[in-house]
Amino acid sequence: MAMISEEHNKEKLGFEETELRLGLPGGGGGIVNGDFGKNTNANGKRGYLETVNLKLNLSLKETEKGENLQKEKNLISCSNNAVKPPSKTQVVGWPPVRSFRKNVMAVQKSNSEEGVGGTATFVKVSMDGAPYLRKVDLNMYKSYQDLYGALGKMFSSFTMGKCNSQGMMDFMNESKLMDLLNGSDFVPTYEDKDGDWMLVGDVPWEMFVGSCKRLRIMKGTEAIGLAPRALEKCKYRS
Amino acid sequence: MAQSFPEDVLEHVFSFLNYDKDRNAVSLVCKSWYEIERLCRRRIFIGNCYAVSPEIVIRRFPDVRAVELKGKPHFADFNLVPEGWGGYVYPWIVSLARAYPWLEEIKLKRMVVTDESLELISKSFKNFKVLVLLSCEGFTTDGLASIAANCRNLRELDLGESEVEDLSGHWLSHFPDNCTSLVSLNISCLGSEVSFCALERLVARCPNLKTLRLNRAVPLEKLPNLLCRAPQLVELGTGAYSAEIQSDIFSNLAEAFLGCKQLKGLSGFWDVVPAYLPAMYSVCSRITSLNLSYATAQNPELVHFVSQCSNLQRLWVLDYIEDAGLEALAASCKDLHELRVFPSDPFDAEANVSLTEQGLVAVSEGCPKLQSVLYFCRQMSNAALVAIARSRPNMIRFRLCIIEPRAPDYLTLEPLDTGFGAIVENCKELRRLSMSGLLTDRVFEYIGTHAKKLEMLSIAFAGDSDLGLHHVLSGCESLRKLEIRDCPFGDKALLANATKLETMRSLWMSSCSVSFGACKLLGQKMPRLNVEVINERGPPDSGPESCPVEKLYVYRTIAGPRVDMPGFVWTMDEQVSSSLSRVTERRGD
Repeated sequence: MAMISEEHNKEKLGFEETELRLGLPGGGGGIVNGDFGKNTNANGKRGYLETVNLKLNLSLKETEKGENLQKEKNLISCSNNAVKPPSKTQVVGWPPVRSFRKNVMAVQKSNSEEGVGGTATFVKVSMDGAPYLRKVDLNMYKSYQDLYGALGKMFSSFTMGKCNSQGMMDFMNESKLMDLLNGSDFVPTYEDKDGDWMLVGDVPWEMFVGSCKRLRIMKGTEAIGLAPRALEKCKYRS
Repeated sequence: MAQSFPEDVLEHVFSFLNYDKDRNAVSLVCKSWYEIERLCRRRIFIGNCYAVSPEIVIRRFPDVRAVELKGKPHFADFNLVPEGWGGYVYPWIVSLARAYPWLEEIKLKRMVVTDESLELISKSFKNFKVLVLLSCEGFTTDGLASIAANCRNLRELDLGESEVEDLSGHWLSHFPDNCTSLVSLNISCLGSEVSFCALERLVARCPNLKTLRLNRAVPLEKLPNLLCRAPQLVELGTGAYSAEIQSDIFSNLAEAFLGCKQLKGLSGFWDVVPAYLPAMYSVCSRITSLNLSYATAQNPELVHFVSQCSNLQRLWVLDYIEDAGLEALAASCKDLHELRVFPSDPFDAEANVSLTEQGLVAVSEGCPKLQSVLYFCRQMSNAALVAIARSRPNMIRFRLCIIEPRAPDYLTLEPLDTGFGAIVENCKELRRLSMSGLLTDRVFEYIGTHAKKLEMLSIAFAGDSDLGLHHVLSGCESLRKLEIRDCPFGDKALLANATKLETMRSLWMSSCSVSFGACKLLGQKMPRLNVEVINERGPPDSGPESCPVEKLYVYRTIAGPRVDMPGFVWTMDEQVSSSLSRVTERRGD
């Protein structure tokens, strides 16, 4: 199942969300997932690093596959103990509320005066070369890392082994960005409310959730047309 | 020697049989009855579109006027069935179009319907009357335009809660001016605005319109225009029930409702502004069915409105009604048959409303006809369940969702086995049960022992061992549908009760402990079952045979293995050996 780790939701949203930062636009907002072990600097660049990893680390998920199955078995076999179950928001299909209802309630909520509010939750995800679509509920994830992990698991069977297991991409480096976009690695993109296609990761997480209508994982070379905006950001930060 | 009745007499007698069960029974009496019955059956219900093929249906029943099909498993509603799984209606439409030019009705649930299918329907059946699409997906408003434009005698168009790609509202304008036959129109799931003029004229020229369910984009101020033109309406779904507070809007609305003397059912109420609820007071006493499950109104306005409806039989509402509201309901609505309470904030760990088991107990004790319950809450006790069971032995459908998985009796911290046990023991007519909370194998023992009329059972995060599943499969004689998620049920119970599965429509198990090896064995041993493994992470044979499969869907069929499976579904049939055989032909048009 497209789930990330179980326990990280223990720490609630807390104050990190509301903390004012001196970071640059597009740099903050994600909740650091403890499992991914990123450092949490207080400046805006922390969030920025999170948004940089465009490669989805698909091969990483390949090696984890065997471990995950084992973990699942263990989880199931000890499920009769009073183990605290995964937080509700992380369990697929629970509570059993139909997607139609979830979406309607979310839209009504966002229309009411509550400010932050929910947004349309389910978006379709397609991947170039994969024979079928997926759907994800963006509200199930707290950060881009969460989302990448889920997407990686969902589509890992379709990567033709062209992703390497390098770590983070240094987005600040213009030439490396161009490499990425010229290569055959996969890059996640999304269509926003205005119908424009953008690279995933260029706005704070909440803004992304609010404006994303659908996701498409495309080859780096195809995403080049979306690059200018990303390149501009490079220039701001260097 | 007894003379048998002439065929036309038998045919006439059979024409009074409307239930499939009766017709099926009749067709088993003897060969000639089988023959007569099959020639005069006009309505077909197929609960699983993969259980039979169109060709087999057509061969047996040559003159059908109404077809009802269901596709995806029920758990697809909760996103447990991956996108692309199947349930495509197009091949059915192609065959039906060839065989039944006089087909009048198509009702689909949880199927993938394309614009191509809709266009084919609109052009193939000259006397097409009824199209019902519940929880379907795959089509756009362009497909609806074909239906509107080409179905001259359309009586019913019901889009249920389908997922429609909304390209524009223009499709409604495709109803020709000479279309006057509409009896029922439900467009509540659509997002974009239809031309109000076109809608108004359509409503005005259809004198038999009884059901009208609008979508959110129809503003409240314009509702009176429609109501005035359709005072004969029996069921109304409002659009957005909000407007600025203005007395002329209110009085227009109140006056329009005053004219609707036949109104029995209300729904809609998106974005409800409670100040406008009293505009409907004049119809409340006649209302038997009220769906406020999208209305975010709170008490006191909410309960005040509901209490006006003294003849209410069915209430769907959000948990904003709270215990206090349910107590008032129990006092004022003695005719209540069905109650559904939905969660306003299902993903919040904390309760945002004061709704507990007490509300359900109050309604169970106060409403003698209550037989159908769907209830979401955050706490439950065995005592409450026992009280409900004792008050309502006439319960037929009981679905309880305690939001936290494995939540125990909040008073005693014990499992809820005793409570659900009381339900199945007292409610001897129980046909449908969904359970939640902390449950051990014992509750399944109760179920297997007592729930003899149970047809559908939904289980989640429950049980300790295979014994639980074994109790259910060996004890529930009437079981047709069993759906299980996140339970420690494995191979033993499944294999020991393999033949039981042929007496059921389907079994769904996800995140359980059924191994790939057991699935293979089941598939090999039971040729009349399709044993389908859903593994999104990769082929099930990439790990050892003891590895559990992610999801398992088993159903009886006379059509053999599917040919339209996506890459993540494998069928376990006799041909399965070390290399999996699967056909990855992509459907989806």
